Parts: sequence; structure tokens; C-alpha cells
Amino acid sequence: MPSASELAERLRDGGPVRIAGAGTKAAWGHPVQDLEPLDVTGLDRLVSHDAGDFTAVVQAGVPLEAAQATFAEAGQMLALDPPDGGATLGGVVASADSGPLRHRYGAPRDLVIGVTLALADGSVARGGGRVIKNVAGYDLPKLSAGSFGTLGVICEVCLRLHPKPERTATASFRHDDPQALQARALELAHRPLEAEALDFRWDAGGGGVLARFGGTVAGERARALADAEVVDDDDELWAAQRAGQRSPDRVVLRVAALPSELARVLAVAGDAGASVVGRAGVGTTWLTLPDGAGAEVVADVRARLAPHPVVVGDAPAGVRGKLDPWGVPAGPELDLMRAVKARFDPQRKCNPGLFVGGI
Amino acid sequence: MGVPVSLVSTLREICGEPHVVTQAHQLKTYESDGLLQFAVTPGAVVLPADAAETARVVRACFEAGVPWVARGAGSGLSGGALPVSDGIVIALSRLRRVVEVDLDNQRVVVEPGVTNNEVSAAVGPTHFYPPDPSSQVVCTIGGNIAENSGGAHCLKYGFTTNYVTGLEAILTDGTVVQVGGPQSDRPGLDLLGALVGSEGTLAVVTRITLRVSPVPEAIRTLLALFDSPQQAGEAVSAITQAGVIPAAIEMMDNLTIQAAEPMSHAGIPLETGAALLVELDGSEHECEARFDEVVRFCEDNGATDVRVAADEAERGRFWKCRKAAFASMGRLAHAYLVQDGVIPRTKLPEVLDRIDALGQEYDLRVANVFHAGDGNLHPLVCYDQPADYERAAELSAAILDVCLDAGGSITGEHGVGHDKKKHMAKQFDEPDLAAFQKLRCAFDPHGLANPGKVMPTPRLCGEVPGVYRPHPLEEAGVAERF
Repeated sequence: MPSASELAERLRDGGPVRIAGAGTKAAWGHPVQDLEPLDVTGLDRLVSHDAGDFTAVVQAGVPLEAAQATFAEAGQMLALDPPDGGATLGGVVASADSGPLRHRYGAPRDLVIGVTLALADGSVARGGGRVIKNVAGYDLPKLSAGSFGTLGVICEVCLRLHPKPERTATASFRHDDPQALQARALELAHRPLEAEALDFRWDAGGGGVLARFGGTVAGERARALADAEVVDDDDELWAAQRAGQRSPDRVVLRVAALPSELARVLAVAGDAGASVVGRAGVGTTWLTLPDGAGAEVVADVRARLAPHPVVVGDAPAGVRGKLDPWGVPAGPELDLMRAVKARFDPQRKCNPGLFVGGI
Repeated sequence: MGVPVSLVSTLREICGEPHVVTQAHQLKTYESDGLLQFAVTPGAVVLPADAAETARVVRACFEAGVPWVARGAGSGLSGGALPVSDGIVIALSRLRRVVEVDLDNQRVVVEPGVTNNEVSAAVGPTHFYPPDPSSQVVCTIGGNIAENSGGAHCLKYGFTTNYVTGLEAILTDGTVVQVGGPQSDRPGLDLLGALVGSEGTLAVVTRITLRVSPVPEAIRTLLALFDSPQQAGEAVSAITQAGVIPAAIEMMDNLTIQAAEPMSHAGIPLETGAALLVELDGSEHECEARFDEVVRFCEDNGATDVRVAADEAERGRFWKCRKAAFASMGRLAHAYLVQDGVIPRTKLPEVLDRIDALGQEYDLRVANVFHAGDGNLHPLVCYDQPADYERAAELSAAILDVCLDAGGSITGEHGVGHDKKKHMAKQFDEPDLAAFQKLRCAFDPHGLANPGKVMPTPRLCGEVPGVYRPHPLEEAGVAERF
């Protein structure tokens, strides 16, 4: 089993690598499959779960669902629920992936309070720490989250945990008019409901808004909403929302939209024949394109939803090779990202070319 | 020291004569921030009117090779806005427009000189901006961005960094960069995460897009009195272990109560060992269900009295007592040093014992007021004679060592700045500091932005080694380098 320092030495002494976890998102980004894999699944220790402090230190190769099982024994959870339970924590953090809990608890950047990185110069660097409130030093945990491993290998993370709600219940609202759906979503997003999740879905001209509540009085809170259909045994509803972020054989687009533009996104999705799931209060939305839709459809969706960033997630290999999965435009912001990459990984050892602008 | 005369005249051309300060008596205003132990007279102070002027000022400094320090309200507590004698201060107090309020998307766009309170006012009464440093009446959002400010309510709501979605940043060569935007989950490296909390060492920000939240339906506040901080600490443990995340849990010890009660009239007997201020907010349902639990946890852990705020006025008095703690310390001592250590919350009882012991060893009084929910301690080391300053500073540093021994941090919300940079090497190893420096060099290779802060020793940036190699996809014409 390689240690963080052994991984760092490998980076320093060897050629470029693609960093490999469970492989659930291995195809995302620009293709790097030809590079030598650097397997981090050997970093498989849950180092500590400090239940009293609601924190845990976990090595990057630990599967998310295994970590969650440990946290659940103490009535706690890592408030991240992306679709692939088998994904490693390192992969979830590196890809900034999230699920419906994103609504209340944020993205990986908001929950990673410490990180250990194996860097290309052979060093092992730590940022952040083991306490939830900490402003000492630059925020390497946030810089690592969503970096797709392009600055270094994430070896270990310290996580903030939350109480796992004893009960959940979901208030569901059906709509077949995009404007009505958006109005409902906005209305719920603006009420101080403290919902665990606030999602929407849309497929073939119909859809709905889902508000999930947690806690001892979850059912009462869901029933307090007028016009809601309440589901107490609601796990399947939310599994379906998560599943909508992936597809084994179609193109999935992630749109960083704004809540006030859900209806516009649904109109574009409708024209493209796409099914949709999304975070109603955050705005982030996934479009699954119909079978056979390729690069031209992606370009059209991007053009119509500009300037909202549209990223390609899952996609058939034949389509992936024909488009830029990131779509981040040239400019000072991308230049600055490249400057950061150049300082951390000047010889381009870590997932070279995979990320935005060929970082 | 000072700065080149030619630069001063360029600054006057950019911002106008009245907005460039060079007179010695006027410069004194800027020689310290909220940490008055340190003072440096800057070469000049410039007050640009807007982002465009700020960018030109930064560019002029770049061309002249002159360092600069950005300054907001100057209320920081780590010397983060301490000037450099051969540089200028860029005071952002004229950039104070609320640019856009977009309640549909729960966003507000402001300039850096807008105060923290003004942001909440701009989106009220339906919404508010959660991070609430105690200085929120005067401190500016620009300073909050620099320091990643927290506050009493950040246990539940998070810190500044959790609320920033976009920044307009000016790099040290004068380049204006739009980082992020109104949307969440944008692709790319998290430059926002790097910039927020970077203490003005990477760039200066001129426009800020913030997320705001709906005002909670219900707020319930109680004050629980205990014989000792240890008992109060047990109550905090019981509350959090039960899965309650209060909006705030604040603790004040006996010395703090003696100082703050006469000013705030919260009704706390002066002999009380410790007071716990607990606030729950959220839905009516959830608040109600949880509040009774919290009362019980306090009583089970030895609370001698539990007072529930009957109305907004009483809630205000409870909070005034907590937020006036620093300001009222003058009743107990001529001077004090405030510390900002963080510990894992479960280590609270043993850390308080060690702080007690240190106070006795150094023969100085230490008042403790802190954010008990997240383990952020603000021990106030009191002293009366200037001759006692060195001893107080030693004790203050020893408290940070205790925090680090407990697995914590040297700063939870005040920042490293000038004051705590000497402690950085105790919390971080050399490779960690070297990684920080990589980030700093990516933004500011010439070391012009707030030099001498954060890092324990001065470092220079080398050239970026290595050569650019095109990705195979670029060569194949499939992807392009933008």
C-alpha cells in the first residue's frame, strides 16, 4: 500500500500519471486514458471518526458508502450524496461531485476542512486542519476540491460531519407547466423551510418539485405545505434524483444555472428531448440527452444557455472525443487557473490535459 | 522609507489630489488596524473612487515596484492591514455601493467598502447575510473576504467563504479578473476558495457577489447560568451530541460577565461562574421541538437558572452582553490581548483548565469568551502596566500552544496577519508552507500584495520551471488552448 510520501516520490521521479480511484468518473474531462494509472485505492483507511467533534479523517481511497456506514453508527453523516456510492472519497472531493444534499449542506468544498496532498515536487503538503473553524494559511482544502487531481494527489481529507436525521419525509408537487414549476421552486426556495433537499425533475412534458425534510418532526413539516403530496418512505424518490445525474450510454450535461432561469433551462431541455433533474434552490441542473444526441446538440444547448457554464459528465466515447467537456472560455480567469497549475505541477505530471483549458 | 515621488504624482493623476494622503499627521490614521500594538507609517495612502481607479493604482504600483496593503474599515484584529513603510495603503472606503440586489436568486452584488450590516439591510427584511462578525456595524465586506470572517452564527450557517459566489479581483499587475459569478458549481479550479481568507496577499477585490438566506421563521434565545465553565461545557456537549445544531452557542466566564454585565444589563448576577447564550432558529416546528430539549440539557448539566428571552428587546440585551465583551474589558484592566485559538470542541474542559493554570503561572487574569459550539476561543489576557505587556504576550502565545497541542488552530476568524505569522511554523510544516507559497506566487510573483503577512519568513518566487507541452488532443485539433 503506497503512503502519501511514496506517491509524492513517484510523481517526482516518474512521468505523467492519471490518478485512479474507483473509476466511476474515469472518463470525465479530456481523455487521459493513455497515461500510466496511479492507483490510490490502497489508501483505504478511515483514520479517525471523532464523533464528539463531528469530524473524521479519511484516506482518499475509502469508498464513500463505507465511510457513511461508519458515520451512521454514531447517528452522523457526511452530507454528500452523489450518485456513485462506490466512488472513493478522494474522487468525490476531486470532482466536486454532490447530490440532493447540496441544497442545505453545500458542495465538497464546504465540507472538507483539511487535506493532505502528494505534490509533483515530491513533497507532502497539508492545508486546513481538523477543526471546522480555521483561517490559518491558504485554503488548500478548497483549492483541492474540484481540482480533478490536477494540482496533486489528494491522499487524505478531514471532513465536517452532520447529524443524520432520524426521519425524513418529502413534500412533492407535480407540474406540467415549466413556468408553474419554476414559480413553485422559487417560492419554496425563499421560505425558511430548512429543507434537507429541494429538487425538481422534468421528463417528456411533465415534472415536479420535491422538498425533503429531516428531523423528529419531518412529516409534520412536509404536511404543513399546502397542496403537497407527502411521501414518508421517500428513499426511492431521491435515489431517482441522484440517478438522473448519470447515464451509462447517453450524454449528461451539468448546467450551472440560476434558480430564476429553471423554466428557460426546461424549455431548452424540452427542445433537445432531454430529461432533467436539478437542485431547485441552487440552480445546478443535469440534462440527459436522448439516445443518439451528440456534439451538435451539446453545442446548441451551450449556445442557448450561455453564459451559464455547461459541462459534459457521462458521455459515449464516440461523442466525448468530439467536444470540449468543460467549455470554459479563454480569459484572465482561465489564465489564473493555469498559473496555479504551473506553480503546483510545472512539469504536468498530475492528470495533464484532463481539466479546463487543458490544465 | 516612503515611496517614489513620481508614483505619488501618478496616484494624484489617477484619483485626484484630495484622495492621495501624504501628510505625516494624516498618515497616522492608517498606521494601525484594530490591533493597536503594531504601527507602521505608510509612504502614502490612496483612496480610489471605483474599480477602474483601483486597477490603475495597482498597475502604477506594479510599474514602480512598490508594495501595497488594501484596507477596509481597519477593524481587523491580526494586523492584517498593517502598512509597509516603503509601500502605499489602498483604502477602499469610497467603494461602497450596493450594485445589485437579485432576491429571485438570493444574490447581492456589493463593493468592498460596504459594511457587513449594510448587506443584510440591502436584502431585508425577507433575507439576511449570515456571517456576522461582532464588528459587523463597522467592518466591511472587503475585509470579511480577506479574513474569511466568521461570527457567532457560523456554526450553523458557515463562514464568509461559504457565501461568496463571485469576485472581481485585481491582480498585482493590474489585470482585472472576474472570478466565479452568480452561479454555483462553476467548472474550474476553486479560485474563490483561494482568494477568500487570503488576507489581501493575492489580489484586491473590487466587487463581490454574495449568496443570502431567507430570514428564519422563528428564533428562540436563552441564557443559561452555571457555577463553572466546565459545567457549561458539558451542557454544550450534550446539546451537540443530541444532533442539535443551534444557530449560536456562546460562552462567557465569570471575568467576562463582570466586565460586560454592567454595560449590557442582561441580568446576569456578577458572581455567576459561566453563562451560556444559546440561540435556535429555523422553522416554527423544529425550533419548538428542539428548544425544550436544549433547556433540559442545560438543567441536567447543573444550570442554576435558564432564562428564555421573552421578546426582541431581551434577546438584544443577551446579545449585547456577548458582543460587548471585548469593548467592556476596560472595566477590569487597562489593556488586554485577545487571542483567537481553535480547539476540537470536545477538548474544551481540559483546555480551560490549562488556560487557568497558565494564568496563575504568569500571574495575569484571563477572561474567556468564546464560540463554544465550534471550539473558537477568545481568551482575553488582561494586564495593567505597560511593563506587563511582554509577559501578557508570552502567556497569550502559550495559550496558542495549548490549542495546537489539542489538535486545533492558531486562528479561527481573526486571521494570521502580522500578529500570528510567527506561530505559523508551529501549526504547519515546511512542505505545507512551501505549498502556500506556490499559491501566492501564482497570483503575485513579485510579492507586492500585503507583503510580510501570513508567512512566517519572507520568501521570494522563482520563475516557473518546466516548459509547456501541448495536450495530444490539441495537437489533433480536437481541443484548443483558449
